[in-house]
Amino acid sequence: MSIRRILVANRGEIAARIVRTCHKLNIETVLAASEADRDSLPARLATRTVCIGPAHPTASYLKPELQVQAALGTGCDAIHPGYGFLSERAAFARLCEQHGVTFIGPTSEQLAIAGDKLAARAAAKGVDVPLAPGGEAPSLEVARELAARIGMPLLVKAAGGGGGRGMKLVERAEDLDAALELAAAEAGAAFGDARVYLERFVTRARHIEVQVLGDGAGNIVHLGERDCSVQRRYQKIIEETPAPGVPQELRARLHDAALRFAGRLRYRGAGTVEFLVDVARDEFYFLEMNARIQVEHPVTEMVSGVDIVAAQIAIASGSGLRLVRGEAWREGCAIECRINAEDPARDFAPSPGTVRSARWPDAEGIRVDTHIESGARVPPFYDSLLGKIIAHGRDRAQALTRLRAAIAVTRIEGIATNLGLHAEILADPEFMAGGVDTGYLARLLERPARAAVRQHG
Amino acid sequence: MTLTARDIAEITRLLEDSSFDELELEIDGLKIHLRRNGDIPRFLAKGDRPKPPVSEAAEVRPLSPPPITDPNLTEVRAPLLGTFYRAPKPGAPPFVEVGARVEPDTVIGIIEVMKLMNAVRAGARGVVRDIRARDGVLVEYGETLLLIDARELS
Repeated sequence: MSIRRILVANRGEIAARIVRTCHKLNIETVLAASEADRDSLPARLATRTVCIGPAHPTASYLKPELQVQAALGTGCDAIHPGYGFLSERAAFARLCEQHGVTFIGPTSEQLAIAGDKLAARAAAKGVDVPLAPGGEAPSLEVARELAARIGMPLLVKAAGGGGGRGMKLVERAEDLDAALELAAAEAGAAFGDARVYLERFVTRARHIEVQVLGDGAGNIVHLGERDCSVQRRYQKIIEETPAPGVPQELRARLHDAALRFAGRLRYRGAGTVEFLVDVARDEFYFLEMNARIQVEHPVTEMVSGVDIVAAQIAIASGSGLRLVRGEAWREGCAIECRINAEDPARDFAPSPGTVRSARWPDAEGIRVDTHIESGARVPPFYDSLLGKIIAHGRDRAQALTRLRAAIAVTRIEGIATNLGLHAEILADPEFMAGGVDTGYLARLLERPARAAVRQHG
Repeated sequence: MTLTARDIAEITRLLEDSSFDELELEIDGLKIHLRRNGDIPRFLAKGDRPKPPVSEAAEVRPLSPPPITDPNLTEVRAPLLGTFYRAPKPGAPPFVEVGARVEPDTVIGIIEVMKLMNAVRAGARGVVRDIRARDGVLVEYGETLLLIDARELS
């Protein structure tokens, strides 16, 4: 079955990026845009744009029935959900399936398993993928007993959550009850699912994830790993591949664990299996699977040569993985900086507004994924990602040099951005050495010199 | 037999890819008439609501009509995206025609989203001057459905 017209159910840089690949493949695009995005770059790139609702995402991008109606009404065969919004909603995938529109992603059953962290833990356990000690906490009694076995510190997590949302860190046993109550209440409100579970909090770990592609018939390939340890409050801001300083043997075990997990689900489409890795102790734990394309996918594309969006479309149209023969041409190193509309000097407050002028870098080995041009508006309703600058090099040192130069010539005027913070990280000896853990950025932000600058500047 | 939106999309493609301007199809008592760049395509199914036609090729961007400057004219805009119907059911007379007098709560059409019918009200008092939206066609959020003229009230 061939796909001839795709509804892009997303906005921003990922919408522009999906449209570009579609047009390269001679596939028409219909962008489903909110009122605030009618004049955006993806709206101009798409073959056609339809306005699906008001600016607020709950009245537009997050409405499954509007997206499917827009697809049917414009003659689209398929919907690409991008990331965020409806991309991991099993009910949305089911609605598409029911109306004969191809959902470019996993099946609704696979989304349901990946989205239920307890079901995902069970699936991981079933194929011997290591888990951080923990388990479900259906009552206070069970939780207390479990906590005693796990030890402190530990995390209370929402079964229906993910990406760090609805998580509580417990450092003393006497704080457990309060944390459980709070986490369950928050999870119920945010995800409509009050189930929580406990997991050992692994300090000094790195966040390393493996990109996989599955054909839905049991064949899975991986495109290597990404290190996403530079995070602030679980939000990644710098990602790179390969993960620096990881022994080949450990790397292979990570890849293999990801293949086993995706294989257990007979996974269809592009997905990412996330792990916490303690390189010093030669240990790793399964975190979760993201059943969609990820923000940081370009670093993998730059070293593997695989267009992951094209692979998603090929899989959705039944061509399987024959266009993807990984490994052989993987070479070099790629690093990505997420440029956000937020002000690091004001505790990373979002800074929506109008971009007076935007100048992005253009140099050898540099790729820019963005929807922001001079005059573009950054509405307050959506996430703050303005674009991604990705550098490729024959090795990490060359990629870093290129990325530093690219960040230095980038100018975004009119709104606050985190460009300065990126310049600082890329020049920091600890980051340059490679292999920082997930606590690195918080420590950098608390350094005395920086704290002083923040107070007075 | 039931004709799905996908079938219609496929049929429309046949027309789009051909050198013909019109296509008439008859399958099991179901008649379809498709016309390129033409009027509203008609779907004559028995008692079934017509599916939204997709004859508008994606390359054709809908031209935004000139902005309304006459202060007496009020635009009635689509409150949500969906398929616009001018009549309560197929074959029934339209809710309003040009020249009809409307009150703010007069229903002027229906917008269907996934089988859910939403009544659209005039929102203003006056006489219908022009009907912009076509029957059975996808309308976008905020698209002008019709114009109401306040002047022509006696």
